[in-house]
Parts: sequence; C-alpha cells; structure tokens
Amino acid sequence: MGSRPSEADRSTGGLRPRSSADLIAGLVLAAFGLAFAVAALGYDRGSLLNMGPGYFPLVVAGILVALGVAIVVKAYVAPDLSHHDTPARSDGESRDEGLAFAAVLWRPIVATTAALVFFAFTVDGLGLVLATFGTALIVPFAAKEMTVARALVIAVGLTVVSLVIFVVLLQLRLALLGEWLGG
Amino acid sequence: MDLLSNLGLGLSTALQWQNVLFCLIGVALGTAVGVLPGIGPTATVAMLLPITFSFDDPTAALIMLAGIYYGAQYGGSTTAILINLPGESSSAVTAIDGHEMARAGRAGPALAAAAIGSFIAGTFATLVLAVAAPALANVALGFGSAEFFSLVVLGLIMSITLAAGSPLKAVAMIVLGVLLATVGQDQFTGTPRFTFGERELYDGLNFVSVAVGVFGVAEILRNLHDPERREKIVEKVTNLWPSREDFRRIAGPIARGTGVGSVLGVLPGGGHVLASYASYAVEKKVSNNPRSFGRGAIEGVAGPESANNAAAQTSFIPLLTLGIPAHPVMALMIGAFIIQGIVPGPAVMEREPELVWGLIASMWVGNLLLVLLNLPLIGLWVRMLTVPYAVLFPSIVVFASIGTYALDQNPFHVLAIAFFGLVGFVLVRCGCEPAPLLLGFVLGPLLEQHLRRALLLSHGDPMTFLTRPVSASLLALAALALIVVALPAVRRKREEVFVEEE
Repeated sequence: MGSRPSEADRSTGGLRPRSSADLIAGLVLAAFGLAFAVAALGYDRGSLLNMGPGYFPLVVAGILVALGVAIVVKAYVAPDLSHHDTPARSDGESRDEGLAFAAVLWRPIVATTAALVFFAFTVDGLGLVLATFGTALIVPFAAKEMTVARALVIAVGLTVVSLVIFVVLLQLRLALLGEWLGG
Repeated sequence: MDLLSNLGLGLSTALQWQNVLFCLIGVALGTAVGVLPGIGPTATVAMLLPITFSFDDPTAALIMLAGIYYGAQYGGSTTAILINLPGESSSAVTAIDGHEMARAGRAGPALAAAAIGSFIAGTFATLVLAVAAPALANVALGFGSAEFFSLVVLGLIMSITLAAGSPLKAVAMIVLGVLLATVGQDQFTGTPRFTFGERELYDGLNFVSVAVGVFGVAEILRNLHDPERREKIVEKVTNLWPSREDFRRIAGPIARGTGVGSVLGVLPGGGHVLASYASYAVEKKVSNNPRSFGRGAIEGVAGPESANNAAAQTSFIPLLTLGIPAHPVMALMIGAFIIQGIVPGPAVMEREPELVWGLIASMWVGNLLLVLLNLPLIGLWVRMLTVPYAVLFPSIVVFASIGTYALDQNPFHVLAIAFFGLVGFVLVRCGCEPAPLLLGFVLGPLLEQHLRRALLLSHGDPMTFLTRPVSASLLALAALALIVVALPAVRRKREEVFVEEE
C-alpha cells in the first residue's frame, strides 16, 4: 500500500519517518517516561532543599520523555540508517513503519515468555521439579520444527541436569515439591 | 617501604592455607557456573553470593567471592568464544574474533590466549591497585555528596562511549535505567514508589532480572529470529594449544591491553567494558593486517581479554576507596561487604588493613589458580561446541529461571525476566544497547541519594555542584566526554571500530 509517495506523505502530515527503528525506539522510551512521570505526580515532590520521593523520578522521567521525542524527531530529520535492522530505503517507497518488525516471529516470543511465566507462577505451588520440567517442555517450542518427542527428551534431560547442578552441587535450599502437592 | 609491608601483610593473609582453599573453591565454582550459557558473571556472582554469607571470617568470605568473580569472568569469556554468547558486555568484544576462531577450529588457542593474557594483566593490575588505592583513598576522604554525584554523572556519561549505536539512544537507555532503579521504597522517606501496591516490588526490581532479561532472553529471541547468526559450529577441533607463532602475536596485545585496562578500570561506570572496546580499537589500529580483525585474529582476543581482566582488578579501586561500584558485580560485592559488617569507603583501608590487603593479594593468587585450573580443562570446555542450539537455548532459559528464583526464592523476579526480555528485545531490535541501561540501573540509586544529600547540605542551592572545585571538574569532564561522543568525526571513527560487530 501507499506506493505513491505523495499518498504516504499526506497520511503522516507531509513527513515520513525514514528510520522505523528510531521511531519505535523513541516512542517506547517516551512511553516509559510518560508512564513514570504520571505515576510520580502522585508522590510528594517536596522542594529543591528537601526533595520528596516524587521529585527525582519526575525530573528523570521528564528527561526520558524529552529524549524519546528527540529520537522520534531524529527519525524524520536525520535517520540513523547505519543500523543493520533498518536497511536504508533509497527507493523512497511508502512508509516503512514496522520495517524493523516486519519479520517478527511470534513463536519464539510467545514460547519463551510463556515458559518464564509458567515457572514464576508454578514454582511455589508445584515445586522446583515440576516447574522446571514444565518450563523446559515449553521453551523448546520457540524453535521451528520442534516435535513433542524431542521436546520431551530435552525437558527430561534439562530437569535432571538442573537438579544435579542446583540442588546436589550448589546445595541451594529449594522446595522440590510445592505447596499444592503438600511439599 | 609502605607498599612492600602492605603487600607482605596481604600475601601472608592470602597464603594462609584456608584462604588459598577458599579462593580455589571460588575460582572453580565461578568457572563452572560461569560457563553455563545464559548465566553471565553478574548472575554467577549473584547466585553464589549466598554461599559466602555463612562465613564467620569476612576476609575468607570476600576472598572466596573475588575467586568466584574471576572464575565467572573467565567462564563468561569461554561462552563468548565458544557459542558467541557473551555473558556481559565486556566479553562481547572477545566474542567477535574469539568466536570466529572457534568456527575455524581454533577454539583452543583462543581460550589459551584469553587465560594467559588475563593472568599477565591481572598480575600487573594487582600492583597498580596496591600503589594507587591508598593514594586515591586519601583524596576520596575529602569527597562530599556533591563530588560523588558528579562522579556518578561522569561514570554514566563515560558508559555512552562504549555503546556502538547512536549516542542519543545510549543516553536515553541510561536514563531509562536510572528511572527503573527508582522502583521500590524511597531511600529517604520509605515511601513505596511505582510498586502498584505489590509487596514484591518494595525492594525494587532485582537487577539480576533486568540483566538476564535484557541480555540473555533478548539475545535468544534475536538469535531465533536470525537463524543465520547461529549456524552450526564446526565440530572438529584441532590443536588445542597456541602455536609459537600465536605466542609471538599475542605478546604485544597483552602488554597494550594491560596498560589500557589498568587505566580505564579505575573509571566508575563500566570502565572495564570500555577497556575491552578500547583495546580492540588499539589493536586494530596498530595491526599490520587490520582486515583480519573480525575474521578470527588472535590479537583481537588476547588484547581485550587482558584489558578486561586488568580493568576488573583496578575496578576494585573505586570500590575500596570510594565505595562506588564500577559495574554490577561490584555492586554485589558492596552487598557482600555490608553483610559482613564492613562499609566500603575511604576509611576501610585504615580500619581493616588485613582484609583490604589480603583481598588484593588474593586477587593475584586467584588469577594464578585460574590459569592452573583452566589450561588443562580447555579440552572439556571446547566440547560444549557440540551442543545444538535447540538444546542450548532451553538450558539458558531454565538455568536463568532457577538461578534468579534461588536468589531469594521470589518468583516475581522470574516474571520480571520475561518482562525485561520483551522490552529488551524491542529496544535492541531498534538499535538501543542494553549495557548503558544496566549501568544506569546500578548507579541510579547512588545518583539520587547523593543529589538529595548534596542539596540538603547546600540548603537547596544547586550551584553547589559547580562551586566545589572537584565536583565542577568532574562535571566538566563529563560535559567534554559528551561533546566528544556527539562530534560527527568521532562518530564515524567509532562506526569503523564497531563495523564488524554489526
């Protein structure tokens, strides 16, 4: 879409971000700054002489918003085209927002995140052994062409190795069986 | 002579057989955990830290911890060389040529060059530490909060110079790190900030979660997105030992790396990371064959590894004399000091000479043990190359989960890894560097604390940072560093240095 430059120009107010990486980085950073700034407004600011808990975070968050905006502006004015994730578009073809994310694969992201979340929510309840096993069973699916049989082999192996390293060798005192199982 | 009697006191402490034993155990444990993929030196030290808490003798505890640190660092270089997974930013440089060497079947010489370079650099830097620390401690005794604030600012700005990408983004990442560090109870009033009322957040975000997330998980996601970054490594490994020719080639880089590292390590704010980058740049510059860099030049391994280890040694200087951690591991060391009832700072050299000098001497002993332990084991580490990635990345995730949970049995920290993994992946994909964020996160609390205290002392007059001469000079240096980084000419030079890394 938007193969004619004029159309793309109009849709973004006459300006096209030339570096989608800069645009996204700037927006994410500014969003973090804004969120912290809003929350910081809820804390006592105090004075320069005697700063309250809200003063420092508010100032730092303000700086971050400013930097985020500066990076966004730079995305339009002087894009950072040297980065390898953002090949330069010399052909001027349409907007390239999301170019850096054009090739985002959801499989690794979902599987890795799910595995960590699973561990966090089950380690107290199920205990170390089952939480480790479950996590080790979920993560391998981040890779393409993973079969259930292979994942099972990896999970069993990793659970044994982890127990040997952390429980037998490092002697960490961790509950092997969780509360839910009466451990 | 003072220096000799001090070193004598140190050696007699460090060479007590129990202390040598603790040092050896520390080095062995540190290496063993440090080579686990996905667990960098920071996470290794963090995980092994609790072992030392039970010691009655603070000297033995800290000596063992220093051993763990060296072992972990060497283990981190090992994973950087073998599987291109630097555990922390300082070994990222080692990975450039070290991993190329490994792919060409020269993993053995690469690991040996790293070990030998580290030992020589460590020996020299220990002497630097012994000479410089007492002198600097005297200067530091006159430091007030204004000076500390300016010093931290300088350290943070310096860390921009080690980011490969745009300086603007690097500054923003530092600021984000500082901001994330404000989560948790306010140091002065105890007010919980940004906690959403969650008890787990009262102590703040755990920096192991942040580190594992933005470095480890983000790296895995990146590798799974670009499979060509991770093609299978040559399995056949021949000649484990460096040749005579190799020895000739690494002599110069080791000497230069040692010098660069010793000087830069003293800087608070990632001096040791800067040291490896600087040494790499120097070696590339003086080399007769700069094109070989990035394609498996042994000089590109020996130089940065020596610089890294020399700087690791001298980074104890700001810790022992100012109480300022130069990098995350030093922040953990401070934690260990405090748990042993010792507050690091200018006074500790006076009050605990046996501990300080024992620690300094044991650093040298630790380096020696490291070489003796690891040279025979190179063959064992090299076998790690044969592990396929489909097994490797699940191990990283699982080990990191258990390791982080084990810190204080708080599953929330594991959840935080997932969050920072996602945030890190997005930001890294947009060309932002994770290293400045982590430094901002570590130094953020110091920045806030000294800013508030300095203003309290000056009755709210912000000019205090400029009217006090030491503070003003530190800030001027920071401003100068910022200008230099922003200059287009310097930026082009930097890009040349980093072009292989991309």
